[in-house]
Formats: sequence, structure tokens, C-alpha cells
Amino acid sequence: MSELALPKVDKNILTKKSLIVSDLKRIINKDNVLSDADEIKPYETDALAAYKNTPLAVVLPENTQEVSEILKYCNNENIKVIPRGAGTGLSGGALPLNDAILLGLGKFNKILDIDFNNNCVVTQPGVTNLSITHAVKHKGYYYAPDPSSQLACSIGGNVAENSGGVHSLKYGTTTNNILGAEMVLMDGTICRLGGKTLDQEGYDLMGLICGSEGLLGVITEVTVKILKNPQTVKAALVGFPTIEDGGNCVTEIISSGIVPAGMEIMDKALIDATEKFAKAGYPMDAEVLMIVELDGTNSEVDSMLKEIEKISQKNNSNSFKLSKNEKERMAFWSGRKAAFPACGAMAPDYYCMDGSIPRGKLSEILKEITRLSKKYNLAVANGFHAGDGNLHPLILFDGSKKEELKKTEEFGAEILKACVKMGGALTGEHGVGIEKRELMCEAFNNDDIQQQLDIKKSLDTKNLLNPGKVYPILRKCAEEGRVHVHRGEEKFPDLPRF
Amino acid sequence: MFIEEKKNSQIYQDSNYLKPDTEIGVSNLVKDFYKKKLPINLQGTNSKKYIGYNVQAAKTLDLSNLNGVIEYLPEELYIKVLAGTPIKTIEDLLEKHNQQLAFEPLDFGYINEGKSNKGSAAGCVATNYAGSRRFKVGSVRDFVLGFRGVNGKGDIIKSGGTVVKNVTGYDLSKVVSGSFGTLVALTELTLKVSPKKIFQNTIVIYLKDIKIVSSLFHKVLDSSNEISGAIYIPDEPKSKKFDLNKSRVFKFNDLKNDGPFFAIRLEGDRVSVQERLQDINRELELKKYKTSILDNHQSVPFWIKVNNLELFTNTKNNLIRAVIPPSNSEKLMKFLGNKLKYFIDWSGSLFWIEVPDNEDNKIAQIREFISNNEGYMTIIMKSENFDFKEKVFSTDKAKLMISKKIKESFDPKSLFNPGRMYREI
Repeated sequence: MSELALPKVDKNILTKKSLIVSDLKRIINKDNVLSDADEIKPYETDALAAYKNTPLAVVLPENTQEVSEILKYCNNENIKVIPRGAGTGLSGGALPLNDAILLGLGKFNKILDIDFNNNCVVTQPGVTNLSITHAVKHKGYYYAPDPSSQLACSIGGNVAENSGGVHSLKYGTTTNNILGAEMVLMDGTICRLGGKTLDQEGYDLMGLICGSEGLLGVITEVTVKILKNPQTVKAALVGFPTIEDGGNCVTEIISSGIVPAGMEIMDKALIDATEKFAKAGYPMDAEVLMIVELDGTNSEVDSMLKEIEKISQKNNSNSFKLSKNEKERMAFWSGRKAAFPACGAMAPDYYCMDGSIPRGKLSEILKEITRLSKKYNLAVANGFHAGDGNLHPLILFDGSKKEELKKTEEFGAEILKACVKMGGALTGEHGVGIEKRELMCEAFNNDDIQQQLDIKKSLDTKNLLNPGKVYPILRKCAEEGRVHVHRGEEKFPDLPRF
Repeated sequence: MFIEEKKNSQIYQDSNYLKPDTEIGVSNLVKDFYKKKLPINLQGTNSKKYIGYNVQAAKTLDLSNLNGVIEYLPEELYIKVLAGTPIKTIEDLLEKHNQQLAFEPLDFGYINEGKSNKGSAAGCVATNYAGSRRFKVGSVRDFVLGFRGVNGKGDIIKSGGTVVKNVTGYDLSKVVSGSFGTLVALTELTLKVSPKKIFQNTIVIYLKDIKIVSSLFHKVLDSSNEISGAIYIPDEPKSKKFDLNKSRVFKFNDLKNDGPFFAIRLEGDRVSVQERLQDINRELELKKYKTSILDNHQSVPFWIKVNNLELFTNTKNNLIRAVIPPSNSEKLMKFLGNKLKYFIDWSGSLFWIEVPDNEDNKIAQIREFISNNEGYMTIIMKSENFDFKEKVFSTDKAKLMISKKIKESFDPKSLFNPGRMYREI
């Protein structure tokens, strides 16, 4: 495991553990407070499994009032709280701290209202993303954001991370697909934002909470928008002889006015890996493979596909295969969706990165990743949500070799720095968490970060809710010569930055 | 600070009306106001000055000199502009590349001055009022990819960027959207642009049964035919308290405007629009009603007029913008009856309601009804004798408390547009 700086442990809290546990057992049903080592072990990590930590205790409240009372108690007693949905996050946002209560929302697992008259579903946050679609599909509806972990990830976690997915190119990410939320602040205040209406008046607090990685409040209810299934969905598999051709084709399709439902790019390494694993029938002579999916009305989809074929040919495509039926369309995706296990079969460990770049820089970033792969002597396979410039390079390594995780993390950090330099972002959809925390200074200067910290402080005065995430604590922006120190004092001194 | 800027900011400080040319100029002025604790009225091109409460500030900071396109990359689908750039400039440029702002910025010029005035990019974002395509594509805030601005301490801050997928830090672009200049003096905005659909048609359905209107709205929302606009315009009340504009504004060869009508917009390529027209006829069972089709030449100006709010041109009355869950549209139509002038947009969600001067009690009744029916409302235009007993924006206790904290984090001395949205902020 690589070393990770975490906020200073409050030893006073550790010594009061049994008192805190018994207090918590008075606040909520005692069976929902876990404190024995074997009980809390499953909560030691999320999907960034390289990092583990044991929480002080785990609480599993069953309703909003209980969440409010737990937070109020912890706020009064200066106890840190780590909220957790399904624990599928890839950036370590739900990593516990030794002196913190882990607040699991697993018992918030009910869909509260399916409102077909207003095309929305009101749900508790622990419900999985895919369950929402399952609950409405009998009437031909679905919930659009589809993170790859949708089978397991919770909708509350989706709100915290502003999760996207393959189809966010056309339908947006979580923030564009929720209408309302109920949240509880660290001081216990319960607040309802939005509802079943479009937009809201006043400050867009829902927009602020969405993607705030559990630092501003705990989501206890979500109202999501549901959409009617499109008439037709078709996909095409297009192979290209070079990275440039594939990248140019993606850019040209988007700028031609076509908005596909999804558009993915895989490089040769990932084509080979997934073909061996899933046997999806991918063209093996392609250096780059594009999967493009279109939905809408029959005639529109057909006319867009014709246009895409034309653009692909213009960009030297060496194969173009159209899905003839639903089975074939699903087969096209089976390879892409097997990217993670396929990489898992190729190396003992893999590390999934997540950055964004302007679409036009696709071939440039791919070349840079190839260069870095040689520099670090680590193999990499690339799968991109190319339509919206979101990259997921999968770095292959062997975690049992002491230095390899560190080397992998450095490789990943260099990719993300390159993304920012090319006008992109550090993270497209996985969040900052602990993983990219120290890279925030690449994207923001001290004033930018200070503004965000000021917001955090305004809603969580004592910095108790999910501390140590998102904002740098190890490498201060000061080292970049950009920190603004006012009269020798740092702003927001109670935030642990060392 | 550069000597030239120092000189300029000195000149600005001599006057109560300040018009900096640069972001650093804005920052220096705000830093100075911060020191002196001087509240400021922030404005762009002033096209929406009548929305909200009057700002009690001796100083005005006019940001309209921050005008110009910084970067427009049609193939990357974004445009980066200085925040004071007029929306018209942006739309004209996009038009040349067959692109558009898909959220359809509203034109608030007609209701106030009888002619077009779309204001600036900053004003559009700061108010977050999207047009008819909202229910299909999202609101203004969904198209803000990033911004730069100056907070209430004078610090230059930024958030977001130019890419659509970005979850790096809090999404401050959302918070500044709709904040009416109370958090940040916007200096730069990056907006997502969209390809323009080359062809459109509008189906006009002549009906007045509000039950059927409501059920049609629902069917539109449920349709997979990619409908990008659905409005209902009822008859105007026969009262001298209202200007009767409907027949003048919606004057088209293929529109019979002597009664109420429902209109549905379809956009796309010609073949697709034609095919969907057939399908919608079946889906919405339109055979039952009298209908007509506005071709591309009529459909385009028709929706422009809708989004110009031309029905309320030069009104001297109060104008309310109410948003409710679409299934409550029938109830609200029933409540409004035929005594008030209104129309419905966003396929049943958005009501624009005109309430005569000196009838503030009616506004109170509407607000009560809206809040009992899970909606919210804003008094966009206040008539001459509006008595201010009714709040312009609605909120609740917890939300107001949180909003105060957010305000304080951006603008700790409450310098920007104090009281514009809420008395307390």
C-alpha cells in the first residue's frame, strides 16, 4: 500500500470510543451501531481498494431523523463522520478515518414514489442506480445516467459524485437528471431542495451538493427524472488504422451536429484484451475501435448512421459494422463492458484513471500516454468515453512488487496533469476523493481552492464531514509558489493542511 | 497593480458609476469596496433590472465593458466569452456556424421596453431563465461549463472549464447560475453550444378543454418523438386591464388565432420531422381535434415570439413566473380561470401569469396555491402600485439559512446586490 496522508487523528476521540458507541446506541437502534472489529471490516475501504482504514464505529441509520440526530451529536462532540453509499467509488471518497464514524446509508433502500404523471421517481439514497430503471421499465421508462457500476452503486453516491456513464454524452450526468433532494447538514439541519419541478428558485443548492463528494451534507432522499425509452437504439463498430484517424473521426462526428447516445474509443491494447476475454467479435486489424450508439426515431437514427459511415470512411476507417438486432448491439458492448475484468486477467492489478480532455486532443493524449507507458515501463490499455472527452486509461501493474503502486500512481498523476495542460480536467466522473487530492493545485490556484474551502466551512464549521478528501493536505499549493498568505496567517487554519 | 490600472481605478473611485474594462480592474475595485465596506449594484447591460428588489447601494459596477468572444471552437461545442458580451453577439456568431444556445435565452426586452433586449451572457446566467426547450434539453445552468469571476473579497476565482465531463471540486457554475449577481461579479463564461436543427415544424391544435390540454402535456412528456416545445395559449380575458396581444403577436398564415391553441414543435432533418409528424398524430390521437401545421418559415418566428414573451409586450401589470409539477397544470388552469392572462410553456410546467395592477391580493392567492401544489413562483415584473407585501422570490426557512451561509462564503461583507433576491441576503 502506498502511504497516504490523512487528517491528524484526535486521540481524545479514540479513548472515548466505548462512550461514543453507547451514546450512538441510544440515538438509533443499537443493532445498527457496529463497533466490533469483524463487524466493521467490510467498511474499511471502497472501490479504491489500495487504501484501507478502520473507522471508530459504523452507524446504519434508518431514517432522516436518525441521520440528523447522529450528525448533530457528532458535531457537538467533535467527531468526524464519513458518509458512505454502496462503497463503489473509485477515488476513495468513502475511505474511513480511525477517529471517525462511518455513516452507511445502506438501510435507505426503498423507492418511495414512482410518479409517472410527472416522469420522476422519489427514492431513498441507498437504492441502486439500476433498480430505478428496473422499477419503471415495465412502462417503458428508464433513468438515464448509467455509471459502469450501476448494478451496485447507490443513487445517493451518484449524487455525491455527480456520476455519469456511457450515455452522459446525450443525456448528461446526475446533476442534469435530478429534480430534488433532501439533505442533512453536519449540524443536523434537514433541508429539502427542489422537488418534482424543473429548476429551483434561489441558489442552486442541488447543483452544489451534486458532486460535492460527501463534504457538504448527507443526502437522504433523491427525486430523479425518468425518460421514455427511445423508439430505436442502434450501434456501429468502426475500426481505424491509426489513433489520429479514430480521434479525428470522433471530433468530426460531434462537430457535424450529430449527438450520439454514446461514443467510445478503445485502443489496440484494450481491443486485444477484451476480445480474448469477451469474444465480442472486434476487428483485430484495428489500431483504434470506435463504438457509436444512436437512439431516437427510426428515420433519424438511420440517417445519422449513414452520415457516420460517410465521416468514418473519410477518416480512413478499415471496418464498419452495424448492429442488426438488439443481441448484436449488446455483443458490441460486451467487450467494452468487460474492459476491467479483461485487464484484471492480464495483470495482477490494474489502476483505472479518469480525466477529461477536449475531444480534439484525443490522439495527442493517447500519444502522451504511450510515451509515459514507456517511461514508467508499465503497460496501459485505454478505453475512452470519447464523445465527451472522458478518458479511462487502465494501468496494469503488480501490487505485490513494493514500488509498483507508487510508480503506477505517479504515471496516473502525469496523465492527469497532461489532461489539465491540454485544457481538460483532473476527473471526469470518478471524483477527486483521496486519489487526486494532491493534484488539485494543477487545476486551481489558491484563491479558487480557498473559495471552495470557504463554502465547506460555511456548511460544516468544524470540518467534520468527510475531512481529508478532495482538497490537498499533503502538498500545499504553497510549494508551487501560489499560496496567498495574509499577514502570516493561512486562511481557514482549522483545515488540516500539512 | 500596473500603473495604468491604478490610474483607472482611481478615476473609477471618484464616481459612483464604475465601468472597468478588465477582470483585474473589477478585482481592484471590489478589493477597495471590501476595505471600505461599500455595497455595490452589479449590472451587465441592465436588461433585467426590474427583476428582484431594488438594490440599496450608492455605487454601481457596470460590467458591460467586459465584452468580447475569447474563444469559440465549434468542433468542441463551446464558446468562451467575456461575461458582459451581449447574448445577441453570441447568437449571431453561432448562427454563422449553424450552432445555437439550445436552452433558448429569453428576451426580457419586449415586456419592459417593447423591443428586443436579450442582455448579456452574465445576465442570462445570473437569472437562469431558460426558454421553451427547457424540458427537453436542460436549463441555462446545464450549459455553463465554467466561469471566472470576482468574489466579494475581490479575489479572482474560477470553476469548471471547457469540457463537459468535469467533477473537479464543487460545481460552482451551478451556484452562480440564478444567483442574480449576489455571489460573484462574473467576468468570463464558457457556454456549451449545440448544433442547430436544420428544419422544424409546429403542429397547432385548437382546443379549450383544460382536461385535454393537461393530458396532451403529459403525452408530450411521454413521447419518444423528441418534441422540443409544447405550449398552450388560452384566450385572453376580455378585460380592459389587459392589452390584447394574442392575435397581433401570433399572426401567421396557417394559425387561426381567434381561440385558444396548443402548439408542439418538432426539430430535426426534414424526413425525420415529417415522419414524426405522422407518428405524433397517431400517438396524441390528433384526429379528434382541429389542427394546422406551421411550416419552417412560420415555426421559427412563432417560437421566437413565445420566448420573447411578446404576449406581455409593454405590460404595466405584474408578471409572474410560476413552475409546478406538470401533473398539477390542470388544477392551476382551473384556479386561474379566464380572469387572468396567462400562457403555459415547458409542456405544462411553466406558467407566465399577468396580474393587473392594484390586485396584489390575487398574487398572494396564486402564491398560496402554487406552494400548496409543490411549485414555486417569482414576481418577474412589479406593477406601479405593487405594495411589496408579497415576496418577489419564494423560499423556506432552512433554504434561506443555507443561502445566507453560501452568500457569506462568497461575499462576507454582503457587498454584491444586497437585498436583490431576499431582504436578508
